[in-house]
Amino acid sequence: MLLSEANPAAGLFVLVPWIVFAPVIGLLINAFAGKRLGERGVGWVASLASGAAFLVSALQFYALTLHPEGAQVKIAEWIRIGQLSLDWTFRVDSLSVTMMLVVSGVGTLIHIYAIGYMHEDVRFKHDPARFPRFFVFLNLFIAAMMILVSADNYLMLFVGWEGVGLCSFLLIGFWYDLDTLGRSSWANSNAAKKAFITNRVGDFGFLIAGFLIFWYMGSFAFSEVFAAAPEVAKTHPWVITAITVFMLVGVAGKSAQIPLYVWLPDAMAGPTPVSALIHAATMVTAGVYLVTRSFPLFGLTHDGQYIVATVGAVTALFAATIAVGQYDIKKVLAYSTISQLGFMVAAVGMGAYVAGMFHLVTHAFFKALLFLSAGSVILGLERGHHHGHHAPSSPVLPPQGAGNSLSHGEIDRVKEEVFDPGDIRNMGGLRARMPVTFWVYLIGALALAGIFPLAGFWSKDEILLDAFLHYPHVYWLLTLAAFLTAFYMGRQVWMVFFGKARHEAAEHAQESPSVITIPLIILAALSAFGGFINLPFKGFHQFGYWLEHTLGAIEFPPFNFMVAGVSTVLALGAIALSWFLYQRKPLEHGQTDPLAKPLGLVFVGMEQKWFIDEAYQFLFVQPYRALASWLAQKVDWDFWHEWFHDSVLVKGFVTLARLLADPVDLGFIDRVSYWLSDAIRASAETLRKLQNGFVRSYALSVVLGVAAILGYLLLK
Amino acid sequence: MSLELILFFVLAIIAIATALGMLLSRSAVYSALYLVVNFVSVAIFYLLLDAPFIALSQIAVYAGAIMVLFLFVIMLIGLETLGGELNWRQLVWPLAMGILLLVQGVFLVIQRVGRDVYIGQTGTQLSDPSLMARVLFTDYLLPFQVTAVLLLVAMIGAIVLSKREKSNQEA
Amino acid sequence: MVPVSYYLVLSAILFSLGALGVLIRRNSLVIFMSIELMLNAANLAFVAFTRVHETFSGQIFVFFVMAVAAAEVAVGLALIVAIYRSRQSVDIDQLSSLKG
Repeated sequence: MLLSEANPAAGLFVLVPWIVFAPVIGLLINAFAGKRLGERGVGWVASLASGAAFLVSALQFYALTLHPEGAQVKIAEWIRIGQLSLDWTFRVDSLSVTMMLVVSGVGTLIHIYAIGYMHEDVRFKHDPARFPRFFVFLNLFIAAMMILVSADNYLMLFVGWEGVGLCSFLLIGFWYDLDTLGRSSWANSNAAKKAFITNRVGDFGFLIAGFLIFWYMGSFAFSEVFAAAPEVAKTHPWVITAITVFMLVGVAGKSAQIPLYVWLPDAMAGPTPVSALIHAATMVTAGVYLVTRSFPLFGLTHDGQYIVATVGAVTALFAATIAVGQYDIKKVLAYSTISQLGFMVAAVGMGAYVAGMFHLVTHAFFKALLFLSAGSVILGLERGHHHGHHAPSSPVLPPQGAGNSLSHGEIDRVKEEVFDPGDIRNMGGLRARMPVTFWVYLIGALALAGIFPLAGFWSKDEILLDAFLHYPHVYWLLTLAAFLTAFYMGRQVWMVFFGKARHEAAEHAQESPSVITIPLIILAALSAFGGFINLPFKGFHQFGYWLEHTLGAIEFPPFNFMVAGVSTVLALGAIALSWFLYQRKPLEHGQTDPLAKPLGLVFVGMEQKWFIDEAYQFLFVQPYRALASWLAQKVDWDFWHEWFHDSVLVKGFVTLARLLADPVDLGFIDRVSYWLSDAIRASAETLRKLQNGFVRSYALSVVLGVAAILGYLLLK
Repeated sequence: MSLELILFFVLAIIAIATALGMLLSRSAVYSALYLVVNFVSVAIFYLLLDAPFIALSQIAVYAGAIMVLFLFVIMLIGLETLGGELNWRQLVWPLAMGILLLVQGVFLVIQRVGRDVYIGQTGTQLSDPSLMARVLFTDYLLPFQVTAVLLLVAMIGAIVLSKREKSNQEA
Repeated sequence: MVPVSYYLVLSAILFSLGALGVLIRRNSLVIFMSIELMLNAANLAFVAFTRVHETFSGQIFVFFVMAVAAAEVAVGLALIVAIYRSRQSVDIDQLSSLKG
């Protein structure tokens, strides 16, 4: 540990393990006593556990302002095998503390929000008993994410990496037996499996990268790896490139980049707080964090950086085009998340780590805000729908014939089939009925679109500036993506909050309670003002100076009015275009998207996600299934069962057994043993006559023995 | 022939004769009385060998205590003779073995000890019981005490074995 | 003077007669007496050797033999009494229930 005795603030560093212990304690309490605590108790325990982690993170921040060199806090020996020596060490530096603050801060707000959200969700799904389980998983996620960001070596990071993947799987599949509408379905568990398996592909890449690191650098610890990297780069330059490319595979899995992004849209099957926390704000940024953390490796390979930046930029544009064609409010945000992650990956790929991390932080704020607001909108619609259902004039009644034979709950479910509360075509005009949600959503959308002076403007602009200076093709891709971003966010806002209600549920929508809106307001404030931590003017790069302690000296390019102007003009133009398309003549119920006609096949592609899922289905899943069933039928059943097992093993065994039974067992072994037993019996028959029970004859034999011994002594 | 030698032979003949008498007598009482005489003659041999303490112990323990015990048991049981005990056909093997044992013993003595080893003259010290007691209570103290325990155990064993058990009697 | 071998031969004769008694007699009391005779023969040899080697060990050994013999007689006679009570006999040949 690098603690100095002089300053008491340095002693705060030893508190750092509590960022993991606190959520673990919370989850243990909820896991074992959750049923007794009640919903309120469970929610508070979980939120307090997360809040405690935030408090510890804040203390680390304070300690770090006084001791910018940071500390490594070792709490246990972990692995000692041969030359490999790994400790369970928490790394406190400006980079990890930034991530800790984001994870625990946003995480705590989402915990509080989830108290309100899950209260309604479990009732909508008719299973309130699952309430504590959700918070157990959520706390487990916080703990795993904290391990990930505070790791001091790649293996510990991998533990966290897998831990968050597990929590993602558990939470996507939280309603594993129901779909988003509460009907019985395996769609959610399939989505969870898709996420998990896709991430396995990425983790495979990460593992290969880890093996390469250990093989060539001889260690997993960050400091030792980075110290050994320049030497390896001189002797085996391709190794560094290979490590970075394999690491990119891992990043593509976790941070949803091409070609492994397909799991993230499906992951929206999880409850909305999960989408906000794991699949927007924190876990999916782990890849960005990994690249930033490994900056000494990426700094050594221009090829690796080029590939990473290009993948990020292409993902950003590609996902943005899909987002334009989606109707589900969370799907739009999901593709938007992929697109924004593309921005971050492109940034860190270009070596603009500060810009990438900056965008990571601001994106965590406004994307969490957007997802949570979307959740609030969905809840509002469900409430309105429930209200409308009981209104006498309700136009949507269950079919008469079916209604007679169904219980009340089943009637509810039958009715849900015709109404999707997440479909923006069912919304409209919510501005008046959900004012708080509208305003915070607007702030989030504008921040995402990159409108001055909201957070997204500053962070996105910094990425664009770096791209403009060093990687022109990345700049063009990202600028186009930024234009589309503004467009689809404009489209969404117009369709959701303006115009007329296109469904009676939207007409009766109600505002959410304060346990939901207060975290939204806090996040809205962060989205609005979060950009001021790193203004692109000389002397105002606070965030950059902060990260310099970890990343080394950073070059800050001067503010470029051309880049900022172009992106602002494009964003405003995109919003204007969306107004022209969606608000000048608001959509009616059942009307097709106005973009469908002018764009034609292109829009079909956007709407159908460019048929990537179908392509993967065709290219990977179906061949895999075919191979699996072929293997099952031909190799497993026909070869192993029918032929090898039944024919070879069984018949061979029977033949061998027959062979052994007659000649060997009966002919030899039995004969020998029978002879032995007969011989023993015959000798026993003879010898038993000696034991006649007469003491004197025994005595005679004793005397005989004595005589024999004396005779021996005499003759010796 | 010296006086001592004559005495030895006389005593030896008495000892062998009484041993044979014990062996051949049909009555257990006679056997016991023959044995008493035999023990007394052996005691005299001990005196000849300068071991007065052992000789007196022999009289007291063997000729006194043990043989009284024998006679007491014989009287208690009341069955003195067993019919047809000495069947000559059965005696072939035991007689042969006894003679073989005797011949072997004699030859062993001649082979190992020799015919002409005479007993020394300095036997006066050996005949002092206090010297023997000193050795017994110093070098052989532990065996001596163990012997005490052994006698105690034998006494208890004899009592237990000869006690009539109530339950057995009732059954 | 008497050669020590005389004593030893006498001891051997007495021992053989004792052994013969054990072998030929059926009366268990007499067998017991024969055993005592054999012990005496052995004692005689011990005392003779004591005289030859000028040491007390032999005499002390005889002393212990006497103690053991006393104990043995006490237990042995108790056994014979117990057997007689159950079998009404001291004939050793009737005690053949251990026959194989």
